[in-house]
Amino acid sequence: MAPKFRSVVMHEVGIMESAIAAVLEQARKHGARQVHRIVLRVGSLSGVEPEALRFAFDIVAKDTPADGAVLVIDTVPARARCPDCDLEFEAAAGFVFSCPRCTRLCSDLRQGRELELSQIEMS
Amino acid sequence: MSKESECDQPAEEFDDFAVKPMDGRPAAVWRTRPDGTSHSLTAAEDRPALQRIDFQVPLLDKNDRLAARNRAFFKSRGITALNLVSSPGSGKTTLLERTLDELGKTTRCAVVVGDLETDCDAQRLRRNHAPVAQITTGTACHLEAEMVARGVEALDLDGVRILFIENVGNLVCPASFDLGESVRVVLLSTTEGEDKPLKYPPMFKSAHVVLLTKIDVAEVLGFDRAAAVRNIRSIAPQAQVFELSARTGQGMAGWYEFLRSQTGAAPR
Repeated sequence: MAPKFRSVVMHEVGIMESAIAAVLEQARKHGARQVHRIVLRVGSLSGVEPEALRFAFDIVAKDTPADGAVLVIDTVPARARCPDCDLEFEAAAGFVFSCPRCTRLCSDLRQGRELELSQIEMS
Repeated sequence: MSKESECDQPAEEFDDFAVKPMDGRPAAVWRTRPDGTSHSLTAAEDRPALQRIDFQVPLLDKNDRLAARNRAFFKSRGITALNLVSSPGSGKTTLLERTLDELGKTTRCAVVVGDLETDCDAQRLRRNHAPVAQITTGTACHLEAEMVARGVEALDLDGVRILFIENVGNLVCPASFDLGESVRVVLLSTTEGEDKPLKYPPMFKSAHVVLLTKIDVAEVLGFDRAAAVRNIRSIAPQAQVFELSARTGQGMAGWYEFLRSQTGAAPR
């Protein structure tokens, strides 16, 4: 499934370029010749579309030692914290979240904006 | 049948032995089973060992990397960089005109201004010997870190304490592009309405400062200041809010005090 907007894909291509560069750097350092698996951690509110990442991966990894590697995307659910009642709750999309207990508007996001390379398997 | 070890290293355990190919491929360790056959503890003899590495490497796209480079440059020169963003016509340039005129008397400032076309803003801002560079993006609706780097290169930054980056008028796209600034200032004018913070959360969420501009005509417009501030605080609880008018001068003192406090802050 191709992503909807060109600008969305361009954003993910830049991120995937960073990811592949980091992966190949590690492969070089450890004398590995082929990357088998790459795991990315992507927060559900990171603004990055996993589908666009996969699309970008196919383009960027081509003809590199990462070509053909399995790409695993771990999505991290968004969790916010209410400063009034100290409740941690699952956050919906957006930037401001309503506490399910006291309905106060909160913007303290504990997790959900991650965008990182978390594991590589290579040989 | 056990294999003769070609490796000059002793086997790690009583029943283990190592096989080291002499062509540079890594050694493999084998364990002998009770029936005399052996199995590999590392990998198959003709395949190098599978390595798994765990870490947390944040992924930055190209703009983030260039923004970090800008940030480091500003820090090394003791320059406080501010990114001014807003809808078109909120009063960014007028605010800067007055700021350069007044604050510029005691604090050396420089400006990089972005528009799709024309150097109108740069012409207006050339005052009080402040170095100004105009970036014309052609079609890009926002400034990016690379453009700011090129603009800054064209300036004489000798003695400059504050760099104002006037972004392209746009309340959407600039929110996603770090320019390397230390302060992001979002302008909202009374003519735009109280509900804009609610409609454009990414921009307001990224603000360190929100300036409520054209406050001198709020009454004539029937502008609900309390509602506007409430909306700003609900979307951007982290932001400092200043109400001012660049035309009459109302509230400008607070803005200058903020700017001075940013430059006076000891480097961390």
